[in-house]
Amino acid sequence: MSTETVDYTQELPVVEESPKAHQIEAVVAAPLDEYPPRAWWIIFSVTVAMLLFGAYCVTITFYKGLGVWGINVPVAWGFDIVNFVFWVGIGHAGTLISAILFLLRQRWRVGIARFAEAMTIFAVICAGMFPLLHLGRPWLPLYLFPYPSQHGVWVNFTSPLLWDVFAVSTYLTVSFVFWYVGLIPDLATLRDRTANPLKKTIYAVFSLGWRHSNRHWQHYERTYLILAGFATPLVLSVHTIVSFDFAVSVMPGWHSTIFPPYFVAGAVFSGFAMVQNVLIFVRSAFKLKHVITLDHLEKMNKVMIVTGSMVGYAYAMEFFIAWYSGSQFEQFVTLNRALGPYAWAYWTMISCNALFPQLFWFRKVRRSIPVMFTIGVLVNLGMWLERFVIIVTSLHRDYLPSSWGMYIPTMYDIGILIGSFGLFFTLILIFIRVLPVISIAEVKALLEGAQPRHD
Amino acid sequence: MAIDLNKCVGCNACVSACNVENNIPVVGKDQVGRGREMQWIRIDRYFSGSPEAPSISHQPMLCQHCDNAPCENVCPVAATNHSPDGLNQMVYNRCVGTKYCSNNCPYKVRRFNFYNFRSELADGYYEQEPQNLAYNPEVTVRSRGVMEKCTFCIQRIMEAREHATEHGRAVKGSDVKTACQEACPAQAIAFGDMNDPDSDIARFRKMSLGYYVLDDVNTRPNVTYVARLKNLHSEKPL
Repeated sequence: MSTETVDYTQELPVVEESPKAHQIEAVVAAPLDEYPPRAWWIIFSVTVAMLLFGAYCVTITFYKGLGVWGINVPVAWGFDIVNFVFWVGIGHAGTLISAILFLLRQRWRVGIARFAEAMTIFAVICAGMFPLLHLGRPWLPLYLFPYPSQHGVWVNFTSPLLWDVFAVSTYLTVSFVFWYVGLIPDLATLRDRTANPLKKTIYAVFSLGWRHSNRHWQHYERTYLILAGFATPLVLSVHTIVSFDFAVSVMPGWHSTIFPPYFVAGAVFSGFAMVQNVLIFVRSAFKLKHVITLDHLEKMNKVMIVTGSMVGYAYAMEFFIAWYSGSQFEQFVTLNRALGPYAWAYWTMISCNALFPQLFWFRKVRRSIPVMFTIGVLVNLGMWLERFVIIVTSLHRDYLPSSWGMYIPTMYDIGILIGSFGLFFTLILIFIRVLPVISIAEVKALLEGAQPRHD
Repeated sequence: MAIDLNKCVGCNACVSACNVENNIPVVGKDQVGRGREMQWIRIDRYFSGSPEAPSISHQPMLCQHCDNAPCENVCPVAATNHSPDGLNQMVYNRCVGTKYCSNNCPYKVRRFNFYNFRSELADGYYEQEPQNLAYNPEVTVRSRGVMEKCTFCIQRIMEAREHATEHGRAVKGSDVKTACQEACPAQAIAFGDMNDPDSDIARFRKMSLGYYVLDDVNTRPNVTYVARLKNLHSEKPL
């Protein structure tokens, strides 16, 4: 390229250092062939310990009752639903990257799509625990499903919680199928590479007889496109429905029409922060810096500016609408968030979500690993607090002052939160050891001379 | 139901009567401090005037049995629903304990069994002889993990209906007295069938001083409060 004119419309190379196909295969499959290093075992034991602590807290909760948590009347939802909304949100980045960016032909997605999608599934598994845990009688979850029974009682289709059951289970199913279909060509590649008979059998079973034939590829491309089409509306619908849990209610601070777009933007925001955080580790630990490049991270940071600004706009609108509505209850709840006993949570949320990500306007910040990592962590903290602010501050001082109260989490609330992180990272650590974290087939398709047409 | 706030002096007799009638567990100081008291009816106090010489208004607050109840449409398992005679019912056997109904209740009159309060807390005295014989046999004892709330003493309504059926007549609103109504020394609480135009309750429902709490939430409550009148002009009470 000449030095005088810079063509800004030119696409950056997705994969750097122009590797050969077999090199891609080797570098992606390397973690699956080696015995895990000591560092992996240390991190794994930490996450498993977190998971076990969470399991202990869940066991005590099941044994004694929800009284071991900090919830009460008026604040009957606490960390349980905060964590649920948080984890569902984390999942959204994966589907956005793998489905929407696929339909939009964003070729840079291939390096990170597999990993982000796996994170979606793990995050939805973490989220899915909480609707069960928060039940007073968790041994009766079947009542939430519309199955014919001799009770002759049907579920209540007007309840947003029921919509959640359908939304989240659909999301988990579609994400899993999409992820698995994407894995099939890679599983076949791994089957052909390995000499270990046990691994060969496992990969052979799960690759469903894939032979890399032209016919297979044609069917595969078509299926993948259709599944991307299925998954795309879910990016918008799942968190919209989660937001209905609040928007459909009559509580000031919850009853708000801005919630669906605000929740979807927030979900993508926190999801990208989490993907960015974890990929920073993965790319250096597995020598994948030429496949998951700094450009990838920069693009994710750009998505975070967009969604973070949307979330910031929503915060401003909440203030404006509270004033504009003329409802004294709305006005009180909004002021109580900013000035009441949970003001620390509100202002931390504002700083982490609306202010710090604005630093990504600077290219240097977008491309500095330590700075972007810190901002990513802060965004996740802020987004977790956002759900805390929405749920707890709205409930703790609602209509009648006689029922005002406070919510103070107990060890069990915190333990289950830690446990959910333990579960998430344990699943990720297992994933990076048993499956290719990058789509080998898709990355190969980006190499010189390989130009698949998705039609 | 109608509650005349001119008559209420906030003596809490209704609260005690309700506790006894409906097998409401005593949860102990620690749990009350955590916001887990179980009373189905409570006396809300509103202070006015200066802190030195406050004037207090009482308002007994219980389930308003709203016609357009926010709790009913959010329950995913339809455990709280509306009876044909206008009660907001709570089906304990169906309740899975999502607590969404409580969150969406503007009056916060729903109570949740965070533990099995009977055996584990307040020294489990409900399980001790002869305390366990003091249960009202007409009222279900609620287990851990279910929501509960005022039923308008549905067991008494059912009993009155049985008697009426025995005598071959329709049940009348005046056949039923709720526990709180019976206990009220000032007779501030009226209960009956508001579709019966000659009943006390129908008269209360039409009173110009009558109002609903949080009317603008459009819950359409079935409890009418008769506004308290104060003589602000005389220095001494009459």
